[in-house]
Amino acid sequence: MTVDHERPEIQPRPRDLRAHLDEFPWWLLIILSVIGYMVVQIIVDPIYRNIFNTILQGLSTTLYVTAISFVFALIFGLFLGLGRVSNSVILRNLSITYIEFIRGVPMLVLIFTISYAVVPLLARTFGLPNNAISLTSRAIIALVLIYGAYIAEVFRAGIEAIGRGQMEAGRSLGMSRWQTMLYVILPQATRNMLPALGNDLIALLKDTSLVSVLGVREITQVSRLSVSTSFRYEETYFILTLFYLSMTLILSLLLQWIQRRAKIKR
Amino acid sequence: MVATSVDPMIRIENVSKFYGHFRALDQVSLDVQAGEVLMIVGPSGSGKSTLLRCINHLEVPDAGRIVVDGILVDNDEKHINAVRAEVGMVFQRFELFPHLTVIDNICLAQQKVRRRSRAESQTIARALLEKVGIPEQAQKYPEQLSGGQQQRVAIARALAMQPKIMLFDEPTSALDPEMIKEVLDVMLALAHEGMTMVVVSHEMGFARNAAHRVAFMDQGRIVEQGPPDKIFGTPQHDRTQLFLSRILH
Repeated sequence: MTVDHERPEIQPRPRDLRAHLDEFPWWLLIILSVIGYMVVQIIVDPIYRNIFNTILQGLSTTLYVTAISFVFALIFGLFLGLGRVSNSVILRNLSITYIEFIRGVPMLVLIFTISYAVVPLLARTFGLPNNAISLTSRAIIALVLIYGAYIAEVFRAGIEAIGRGQMEAGRSLGMSRWQTMLYVILPQATRNMLPALGNDLIALLKDTSLVSVLGVREITQVSRLSVSTSFRYEETYFILTLFYLSMTLILSLLLQWIQRRAKIKR
Repeated sequence: MVATSVDPMIRIENVSKFYGHFRALDQVSLDVQAGEVLMIVGPSGSGKSTLLRCINHLEVPDAGRIVVDGILVDNDEKHINAVRAEVGMVFQRFELFPHLTVIDNICLAQQKVRRRSRAESQTIARALLEKVGIPEQAQKYPEQLSGGQQQRVAIARALAMQPKIMLFDEPTSALDPEMIKEVLDVMLALAHEGMTMVVVSHEMGFARNAAHRVAFMDQGRIVEQGPPDKIFGTPQHDRTQLFLSRILH
């Protein structure tokens, strides 16, 4: 007589509470609580509400400067990055020189230099008056020139991460270096670069605060102007902090969502 | 091979290649006739892949000259593109484009290099997928295919350019054993159609069934060459014998 070996059915162990607690995004809860507390303050306290409304006037400028600068920095960074990995000694060295130049100088100093020295110098060269270019435009030019160099490094890393074999495969099919770059390497590289580009976008959003030194009326500058007459330092700077924190949080969650989608889509 | 007055399809003359001080190729000379299937065997580091890659200028020789179908392979971009248009290449690691579907992999260069319309290139691509036995995989992405299927797509991609010569760089060495045959069968069919082929591989079955000539390389030189029976049956050089005794049992 054979014994019927009934195999015990093994269930995966249920995830216990501990595992759920470990994985819960507590950090998000804490940040949201802080934001929530501030929002309540703004709703119930007229002083907070006034300051909030004042700073709100600078928001469109912050967003506008961020968006325009990022788009142009992407384009400029792409070309710089391609120059960086170019076979041409001249192009490569020009790109490296530029990138090292930018990376070797503090951003605040670069903003001054570009806005008050480089742009007026170029304006004069083209026969324009010194004040032909608005301060906001100068701020955007400065951010594009600075962030182009950072983004170029992202492109370079993205391109170099694609194996040499892909370029060889494209070339062996008779495609030129440029065609292979455009149709084979860059589409793959861009996908890998999304997280790094997202970080640069968030960094750029924060760094727009630096152009307040030019008098561009974005949220930091508006706050400073407001404080200089109201002397409400605590309320103003807490709310300003809240603005940046909310924006970077929204942006970072948005980017995570886009990355997840890009991964599924591929 | 019967000596003819016709120029060979590939002529390699005294080609040398260095990596630093390492001599990868040492004055190699070799002719490949139209319709010939040449197999190159040898231990790793013997220069066989380097020699293959010199033919379509993926490696640039330090000395010597290579003429492919009457075109001198030098640094002139026009010459390089003309040669690459006639020479298809299959890589060990397939090198399919992972962001494109199988059919788009086969169509890309047709459209960008041969300037074929989308419809025309797709018709050609489908015919080639039929030929390599995987017509049903057209809309999939490379990572969804097995290694053997990927390599067959890579062969179809190269064939879509209607090359006169096909180069195979260890086409089966990255494959699981059960997938090797399906790739070799496609190569065998190509050989029987009269394609000029240079194959770097240790597949002895393929050598016996399809190769007209086997060249044994060691330390950057062609040590000996001849019909497969002769090279595998009665190798003349010690190094050939030693190498063969290691890969044949």
